[in-house]
Amino acid sequence: MTAADPLDVSVVVIGGGQAGGEVAASLRLAGHRGAITIVSDEDSYPYTRPPLSKGYLLGQTERSELLLRDEQMYRSHAIEVRTGRHATSIDRRARRVGLDDGTDLGYDALVLATGGRPRHLPHPELDGAVNLHYLRTLEDVDRLRDGFTVGAHILIIGGGYIGLEVASVARRRGLEVTLLEANPRILSRVAAEPTSEFFTRIHREEGVDLRVDTRVAEYVLDATNRIVEVVLTDGHRLAVDLVLAGIGLIPNVELAETAGLAVENGILVDTGLRTSDPHVFAIGDVARFPAADGSGMRRLESMPNAAEQARVVADNILGNPRPYDAEPWFWSDQYDVKLQVTGLSTFFDETVVRGDPASGRSLSVFYL
Amino acid sequence: MPIVKITTPEGDMRAIDAPVGTPVMKAAVSAMVPGIIGECGGDLSCATCHVYVDPAWIDKLPARTADEEDMLEATSEEPTDCSRLSCQIIMTKDLDGLAVTAPATQR
Repeated sequence: MTAADPLDVSVVVIGGGQAGGEVAASLRLAGHRGAITIVSDEDSYPYTRPPLSKGYLLGQTERSELLLRDEQMYRSHAIEVRTGRHATSIDRRARRVGLDDGTDLGYDALVLATGGRPRHLPHPELDGAVNLHYLRTLEDVDRLRDGFTVGAHILIIGGGYIGLEVASVARRRGLEVTLLEANPRILSRVAAEPTSEFFTRIHREEGVDLRVDTRVAEYVLDATNRIVEVVLTDGHRLAVDLVLAGIGLIPNVELAETAGLAVENGILVDTGLRTSDPHVFAIGDVARFPAADGSGMRRLESMPNAAEQARVVADNILGNPRPYDAEPWFWSDQYDVKLQVTGLSTFFDETVVRGDPASGRSLSVFYL
Repeated sequence: MPIVKITTPEGDMRAIDAPVGTPVMKAAVSAMVPGIIGECGGDLSCATCHVYVDPAWIDKLPARTADEEDMLEATSEEPTDCSRLSCQIIMTKDLDGLAVTAPATQR
């Protein structure tokens, strides 16, 4: 059923993260009156993920503070949220989405905000290891927090945002921290050398045993399926109490792929965030879109990207077309240092540095 | 429960419930008030919850921290002496009736 007035169209949103929650709110804020249903495979109402590896892991932020809005707001704005439900199929011709409880939902516009899942370590013998952690959801962090006891030794694999933020919280909670980065420097995917050098020094000053160019060669498990020791590529052996791997995200494209939508390291969309089907949109961590600067297709794993794409897609659904052309930005908190990044550090000729990466707690790096 | 009066960029005044202990940004986002985004969730990292506090109320608020001062340099609309990031205004009983105005843009 297609409504004549865009304000009356039925919208189904798959995914209850930042992007999914924000698109529903943006639609209502813009005066949309049609049905909105959010389908989330998590048990929580939409919540914000950045504090998971920061304040929530530290124990300073309450679970209720992570919710984008409370349940009462969804009810009063007639936004239906189906938690703990997984979308299993899309019938694009009939415009219906099938769910794992056997029900289905009709739509005029479908928004895929399916996000991603942590990339797992390429060691099948670790499947089911009881003290191996990945970090994406509230549930993941609740599990990880249980192992955060003073003096415990955590091995962190991966020197990206997740690994470094967890290292920072772990030190503040009194854990011993070893962090391994397989590349010659941390943050290599998102920052230039002076920034990597700066944060490497901060973490070492804070007591992290940070090793670059290093991987785990062998995991030693005990009879209870606990990782008790690792052998590093440099030959060192380390006894460990828990292991966290932050080695990237795999976009959840399977639903789109099965439905025959164009997929390539993400769900492919145009500047209006439409997939190869004009009734289906994709936003957030899963969407691969044309960069506004003409540099090609881009997929960003960041909360500002997800939130702004949600607002753009709401306008596009409501017949007020506009392209997604926001400047990418990222932030991170580690110890008392705040990292803020605007733009991407992919293409630049030189960097200009204000401050000294080798001392102090403040640094600005410009990519020219 | 205390209320906050928020004037939206369109000039509408919205009076919303703001429980004691809740940041004004959080109350505004939760109530879907237009004009306050709070993109970083209250982490003092984005400056998209900028508000102009009614001058009659400004002295009743705790002073800005250095971090808030820094972020107020990054707002999209020019800050004034009455500018605050609403994630840093934590509701108290004494702030019942607090009046703020959302700027025309946040980013």
